Amino acid sequence: MWIYEKKLQYPVRVGKCNPALAKYLIEQYGGADGELAAALRYLNQRYTLPNKVIGLLTDIGTEEFAHLEIIATMVYKLTKDATPEQLKEAGLGDHYANHGQGIFYHNASGVPWTAAYIAAKGDPIADLYEDIAAEEKARATYQNLINLSDDPDINDTLRFLREREIIHAQRFREAVELLKEDRDQKKVF
Amino acid sequence: MNQVPTEYYQVLEQLQMVDFVLVDLTLYLDTHPDDLEAIKQFNHYTKERKQLKKAFESQFGPLLQYGNSYSAYPWNWADCPWPWQL
Amino acid sequence: MNTHHKTYNPYVSPFDPCPPIQVKTYSTPPHLYMGYQPPNLQQFTPSEALRAGTIWKAFYDPYYNTLEMAKEGIQT
Repeated sequence: MWIYEKKLQYPVRVGKCNPALAKYLIEQYGGADGELAAALRYLNQRYTLPNKVIGLLTDIGTEEFAHLEIIATMVYKLTKDATPEQLKEAGLGDHYANHGQGIFYHNASGVPWTAAYIAAKGDPIADLYEDIAAEEKARATYQNLINLSDDPDINDTLRFLREREIIHAQRFREAVELLKEDRDQKKVF
Repeated sequence: MNQVPTEYYQVLEQLQMVDFVLVDLTLYLDTHPDDLEAIKQFNHYTKERKQLKKAFESQFGPLLQYGNSYSAYPWNWADCPWPWQL
Repeated sequence: MNTHHKTYNPYVSPFDPCPPIQVKTYSTPPHLYMGYQPPNLQQFTPSEALRAGTIWKAFYDPYYNTLEMAKEGIQT
């Protein structure tokens, strides 16, 4: 089971009302390499992975939900008090027509999230290599978002999230090494 | 609606710091289960986060529910602000 | 010591319609060089770690856009 904790993983601040930026950030909410895809990918793959990496997939998958909430918080703050007129100017007119002020699982172009974004091969190496690639793609997306943003507070949080992708990629690489080892021999330092 | 005092953000950030160390150490230990020093450090911060949780909750209400935090009267779990509103 | 970004020079055609960018860059973060993380690596303090996004100094690789780099005088 999961237990919700009433706090963000990172102290998010948003400098100014900027719905145009929210339109870009939603890529990491409901996009192919976004946090929802990441959480669901890892938490689903773990059922058919060898015992020694199940814990890692569980923990990274859980952290991705914390990141999903961080993205939602930024989108919420950036659009909270924007008028329909402002949303229209920001290119969010079509979003508003469907969702009003609501947040939704789609990418920056409005394409709804789909399970086709994630994979499960039931093969530990294939799945972990996908996870490593997913982390690198998420890192690249955060770089693109930082390049698009002129809000120093948003960039501060985006840098935090990008750094987490680096750590996750490192751990997935280590998971591959663990699975390459003969038998269950322990790592000796 | 009443806004939270400045102290709310300070105490919360103390907890966020310690919890972040615990998250990063958790992922490290998932692939380094025999690193005794890291486990000692993990247990040290686990103790510290327990105290910080208690301090935060006594002032600002429960962080967890389903019985993972005590409740005041009346039930205050569902009170604002939620994390994204702060 | 590995650098955490790399550069290359794309081919510039006389018929390229946009003003050419002579140097393109891409990220090569520290985890690409780490291998299996050895024990006892240097750590940030908890407050530094939260801001950095990791407790491990060796993995710290902040990314800034060109505007931020110009403002902060950050060298690439």
